[in-house]
Amino acid sequence: MAKSSAKKSEKTVEELSYEEAIAELEGIVTSLEDEQNPLEDSMKFFERGQALVAHCSALLESAQLKVQKLSGESLSPFEEGSE
Amino acid sequence: MQPTLFSSVHLTVSQLTLHIRKQLENDPTLQDVWVEGEISNLSKPNSGHIYFTLKDKNASLRCMMWKPDAARLRVNLQDGMAVEAHGRITVYEPQGQYQLAVNLIQPKGEGALYQEFLRLKAMLESEGLFDPESKRPIPQLPYKIGIVTSQTGAALRDMLDTLRRRLPLAQVILAPSSVQGVEAPPALVNAIQSLNIQSPDVILLARGGGSIEDLWAFNDERVVRAVAGSNAPVICGVGHETDFTLCDFASDLRAPTPTAAAELATQITIQDLQEAISTLHSRLSSLTFNLLAEQKGVISSFISRLGYASPERRIQSDYQHLDELSRRAFSSLMHRIQLQSSIVDGMSKHLLSLNPEGILSRGYAIITRKDDGVVVSKVSQAHGGIKVRVSDGEFEALVNRKL
Repeated sequence: MAKSSAKKSEKTVEELSYEEAIAELEGIVTSLEDEQNPLEDSMKFFERGQALVAHCSALLESAQLKVQKLSGESLSPFEEGSE
Repeated sequence: MQPTLFSSVHLTVSQLTLHIRKQLENDPTLQDVWVEGEISNLSKPNSGHIYFTLKDKNASLRCMMWKPDAARLRVNLQDGMAVEAHGRITVYEPQGQYQLAVNLIQPKGEGALYQEFLRLKAMLESEGLFDPESKRPIPQLPYKIGIVTSQTGAALRDMLDTLRRRLPLAQVILAPSSVQGVEAPPALVNAIQSLNIQSPDVILLARGGGSIEDLWAFNDERVVRAVAGSNAPVICGVGHETDFTLCDFASDLRAPTPTAAAELATQITIQDLQEAISTLHSRLSSLTFNLLAEQKGVISSFISRLGYASPERRIQSDYQHLDELSRRAFSSLMHRIQLQSSIVDGMSKHLLSLNPEGILSRGYAIITRKDDGVVVSKVSQAHGGIKVRVSDGEFEALVNRKL
């Protein structure tokens, strides 16, 4: 891996959970605010930031409450009103 | 006035009734009393007040409840129900009847339960189970939410609806449990403990409203200890606003209802997240824009510095110098030419003034030797043939005698 992009996640944006994506996005914005990065890195940060914004927005847009039922130590989907 | 043997008091009915009323209403015991009995002759007219008779096997007591108190009644009163009623004795003067003006009614036995509640509360409190310092913080944005409740109750539906509306991003893990009856306490303990293995961010412990007996499992010592011992923070939403259970005290946050518990668990909603994303987005864009503008500024400052240091400038300056020099050379040359020409001028005038013609015309002559052209200005120079120049020409002569 290139040394300058050490902070970047190894995953592609699409693989990230909302939690991971928003944390990385916040990190990128903070880094752009506080640090003197080489311009090229900054542009890479910006591009990845744009992708993270799109990913987070899509996740929020399509979010559906996932409900699972715990029996012992195993989880199974819970269908409301079916029991 | 006829004297009497007995100093009897004569009163009107009203006066007597008023006197009795004052007697009863001045007795502190009668003004704050719990009375135990069975309800009969229950009447609920449209006025909203409630009338009934409380009786046991030897006596009966007329009771009434004013509308504001009746509206707050948690139990559904029925004839034959054994209750404890709290109130004060008053007198209804038009009928000469004393009655209990009731403000609270609870099913019989609840008083004993309440004493047990207080005893357990004091004991667990002294152990530090309810200490504010030991409360775990409630996460603002839980991704994994555990729920302990009955899987058939309205409480679960209310909570899921609330979570779906406020934070559909979350994952819910339901640990179903019975919530009333003797089996409830161990089931609740098991649900709380096995849910903790899944490491949820927060646990909602909830049950819909019911009588105090219905909610009693949430005062069970085992359940209260499980709540206090939970790794994940617990929000307790049992019953209604007015119901307090020991689980409420042991939990990290008390919610008045199951719905409120779900709301308190989702302090940040999906709308907040959407706003946060667009804020981050515009920060990202403006930061990058500023960064590029800054770089452009740096570049243009380099360009102007480079321009200043460029040899072009020196060449121009050298050109200028050259022009200056050539201008100065020209003007100095001109000056010298003028000087010379004025010298020539002066000399020519002088020359003109020396023109011998003028003298010749006055009778002088210029004599030169014929053979070598030497001007004869002394006698010794004169010999042989000479040329004599006068004003209008020359003639030759011979020197024949020197005087």
